[in-house]
Amino acid sequence: MCLAVPGKILSIAASSDDPLGGQLALVDFQGSRVEVSLQLLPSAREGDWVLVHAGFALQTLNDAEARELWEYLLEAEVVSGTLEEMGEAVPEA
Amino acid sequence: MNQDRIQRIVREITETCEGRTSIRLMEVCGTHTVALFRSGVKSLLPKSLRLISGPGCPVCVTPQGYVNAACEVAGRPGVTVCTYGDMVRVRGRDGSLADCRGRGARIVTVYSARDALKYARQHPDEQVVFLAVGFETTAPTTAAVVMEAARGRVGNFFVLMGHKLALPAMMYLLESPEFPIDGFICPGHVSVVIGAHAYQPIIERYRKPCAVTGFEPAQMLEGILSLVRQVTRGEARVDNVYGAAVSDGGNPIARACMHDVFETAPATWRALGVLPESGLELREPYRRFDAAARFGLETHEDFEPPGCRCGEVLQGKLEPHDCGLFGTVCNPANPIGPCMVSSEGTCAAWYKYGPPKEG
Repeated sequence: MCLAVPGKILSIAASSDDPLGGQLALVDFQGSRVEVSLQLLPSAREGDWVLVHAGFALQTLNDAEARELWEYLLEAEVVSGTLEEMGEAVPEA
Repeated sequence: MNQDRIQRIVREITETCEGRTSIRLMEVCGTHTVALFRSGVKSLLPKSLRLISGPGCPVCVTPQGYVNAACEVAGRPGVTVCTYGDMVRVRGRDGSLADCRGRGARIVTVYSARDALKYARQHPDEQVVFLAVGFETTAPTTAAVVMEAARGRVGNFFVLMGHKLALPAMMYLLESPEFPIDGFICPGHVSVVIGAHAYQPIIERYRKPCAVTGFEPAQMLEGILSLVRQVTRGEARVDNVYGAAVSDGGNPIARACMHDVFETAPATWRALGVLPESGLELREPYRRFDAAARFGLETHEDFEPPGCRCGEVLQGKLEPHDCGLFGTVCNPANPIGPCMVSSEGTCAAWYKYGPPKEG
């Protein structure tokens, strides 16, 4: 539950239904693409690596750090469960 | 994994521990417990160094009353409960949420609090109750979603508050004289939010060393080395080995969000009792989102199934092997207590990765 996962921001769009809610980013997790809120990390930019937990970006990481963390998570097989949960996220109507 | 680096650090740890009969370090976070086992780090360490699993698994420390309340409200007509997946199998008095689902209750598993709010917007005729469980890594995300629900005047979205704070639990454990803890491996991603500096009260009040580490084996070992060095030298400070993700100040926006929406309150920790200022409740402007008030639910009652010793395990007083139910009656397929239910629970980690039980 404590596990935050690193992903790369592919693109950022303003949140359409909530102008004060911060931006939404499309984040790539090694092939899985998930919508992530930047409300808690408004300084994040397209191309940044970010640590994501429960649908929110919490911290930026540099390239090398993100890759290292991702590799460890994959090797330790702790990330597949989280990716599955992300994939089951409720889609927009 | 850099084997040379790992071997070198293990050697230094072993040398530092020489001559000490015992050093007891607590890893607070459930994810660390699993990582320490899985990587094999635990087995490399000298026998005098004991790693104790702490109460850092939010599912494990959720009192049974909370689960009872979630099941009860799920059974009411027109109500849908949205929850993180790891809460679904925790048993309350009348079974788990999975059991409730079997009896016709609407339970939706979500990855994010945002998904729960989205669901509520898509289903205006359903009363949606989101189970807000988790530590400071998760609490800001709930806060952000509550703020969004307020701005959007969403009338069918409610939050059953169950968030807890890591630091008060760590300090509570230090108050227990019978089972001393010499230092802490601090929770990794909680620290991303609260910052390494947040552990200063433990240094100032108790003079116990703290190390903030990530989950990669060499890094966890660096953290452990820092702790044993500090313990043997009589030093006490917060050593941040996870500088890539954790700064001194953490994520100030996430903390501001939490502060705007929540206030601290006493909270019941399963098998530990009520710890003051260790939980979060909604502040006045957001109380209309409080599911406990809206549906008349009582979440703080606690109950332990007979023979279950999760409480002692959560405090680091007992190892899973020493529980009579471990591995026999209680196992991942048939979990009795929360330490076995959660994939990050101490007993689940021991069952899956630990040494075989003797005798």
